[in-house]
Amino acid sequence: MKVCSATLLRNDDNSAQLVLVGDWVMGNTVPNFQTLQLALQALPNISLNFQTELLVSWDSRFVLYIYQLQNHCQQNNITLDLSHLPTAAQGLLRQVSAFPVRESGHKQPAVKGVFAGIGLKSQKLMQKSQAIFSFVGEVCLSLSRLVRGKASFRQQDLWLMMQDCGPNALGIVTLISVLVGLILAFVGAMQLKIFGAQIYVANLVGLGMAREMGAMMTAIIMAGRTGAAYASQLGSMQVNEEIDALKTLGISPIDFLVLPRLIALVIMLPLLCLYADLLGIIGGLLVSVSLLDVSLMEYVTQTQSALQLGDFATGLIKSSVFGVLVAISGCMSGMQSGRSSSSVGDAATSAVVAGIVSIVIADASLTIIYQIIGL
Amino acid sequence: MKPVQIEVKNLTMAYDDFIIQENLNFKIHQGDVFIIMGGNGCGKSTLLRHLLGLKSPKAGEVWYQQTNLWQMPEHDRHTIMRRNGVMYQSGALWSSLTLAENIALPLQEYTDLSQDEIKGLAYLKLALVGLVGFEEYYPAEISGGMQKRAGLARALALDPDILFFDEPSAGLDPVSAKLLDDLILSIQASLGTTIVVVTHDLPSLFAIGTDAIFLDSSSKTLIAQGAPKVLLQECQNPILQQFLNRGEPLAQEKMKL
Repeated sequence: MKVCSATLLRNDDNSAQLVLVGDWVMGNTVPNFQTLQLALQALPNISLNFQTELLVSWDSRFVLYIYQLQNHCQQNNITLDLSHLPTAAQGLLRQVSAFPVRESGHKQPAVKGVFAGIGLKSQKLMQKSQAIFSFVGEVCLSLSRLVRGKASFRQQDLWLMMQDCGPNALGIVTLISVLVGLILAFVGAMQLKIFGAQIYVANLVGLGMAREMGAMMTAIIMAGRTGAAYASQLGSMQVNEEIDALKTLGISPIDFLVLPRLIALVIMLPLLCLYADLLGIIGGLLVSVSLLDVSLMEYVTQTQSALQLGDFATGLIKSSVFGVLVAISGCMSGMQSGRSSSSVGDAATSAVVAGIVSIVIADASLTIIYQIIGL
Repeated sequence: MKPVQIEVKNLTMAYDDFIIQENLNFKIHQGDVFIIMGGNGCGKSTLLRHLLGLKSPKAGEVWYQQTNLWQMPEHDRHTIMRRNGVMYQSGALWSSLTLAENIALPLQEYTDLSQDEIKGLAYLKLALVGLVGFEEYYPAEISGGMQKRAGLARALALDPDILFFDEPSAGLDPVSAKLLDDLILSIQASLGTTIVVVTHDLPSLFAIGTDAIFLDSSSKTLIAQGAPKVLLQECQNPILQQFLNRGEPLAQEKMKL
């Protein structure tokens, strides 16, 4: 273990000497400045110099120690003679003091108190809802431009987006919807078996998938997959100033970036939903045929008689609404993202959270509306 | 002669099969300000990544004193890498941490100092680059020049043996670039640190460089080595002369005109 120490020697009434010894490096315990500070408080108005003949090596912590000493001396009228320190350390100390302290630099302390907190929170909430409304408004304006044939985006973009949120998502949608069908069938079978009514598993799975789960599950998958991707794409475009570049060219970023994404999702999500309905029914069929003594034909006929075209329509309407919600929450988080890399991450998170929350809320409201109008 | 800190032997750099530079041989001596210069796309930053241990060479070796960087266990390589301080082109500060936390992170990871000492050291390093009072700021809240200086403070956190700079003056106004150069020089003068700078900023490389190599993108190898001022006076290579004279006619030819 290497040793280092700082000893204060008093010469006479007006001067003292600080003897610095040993290796002042990482891994060594260097003397605490507070100890020296206490010792110095007993000696006001003296002059202090250093003896460093036995100082072997040093690093930043040595400089920090001397720097603290320097500050202390300035405040307490102690004359400090640095000339015996290693030249490199003197250079660093000069460098540290070379820049003036910027008073304006210090941050405003955070506002405290319950009422102030509530006020700030509600101000934030207000700003946030304003931002949501203005974004939705801009999208509506942009849509009206599209209808009038004035909005412009590259058609190729639209095809690429559709490719990305349609066919490229088939794998995960397949997996999830077959499993959801299986689960529905299992849960239903447990109850229906008691009454010997296993065949009604077909009704349960068919209606469940077509009216509810198909739309819901695909929307949640797409919120996690595509909504987050939209947010991070647009967020990093914001960081790279690509969106500013579009604006300076007079191209509306909403027309150019948000519209194709919105349209792609609104077209593809119902299609995915239909696909999920079918696969969910197949999942239910697998359980019924293999475990419940229901034959393939029985299950198919039962499903056919249980399902109306209207049931699919309710699911598809929901699904297009979800498409709008996922696209809007993804694009909005991206467009309103800050300019640092961490804010892109925040944008992706808030896209997924906002997407899923709005999907569930919209689903509940639509189900109630269907109930009222008797769909 | 000053001891050799880094030696590069027959280094070939490539992305897959696309060769960027081949047969690079040079030595970086202790206490030098070593400049890696060259035009856009000649592989300056790629060479830096090889020296730092971020990218493994296609062929050839990088030696740190007595050790071959790419032929040692990963753990030992990290020990060597830790002795390097790097200032990246745009600061590369961690955006979710304040400036003080950015500097404190390497200290927390690799030393057993107390929180107070770490705080003190972070303050000291920020003071060295003139950012006292900005400890609690996040990188996104300060200007580009300040981000670069904060990046330098972080590079200094562990008292490195070698400091690497990737385009220190890029994106800075001439005065700020000059201030940063002065800062590099004064840190070099007080600590004796070896400094490796990737740059194509002429005023800066003439001001601080004590040794340099020039990478040429057409012949894909280094075509000159020496102190930048000496190269300007003595090297006859037309490509290098064009680079050092900002593409203007050679000094000798001007005399003839």
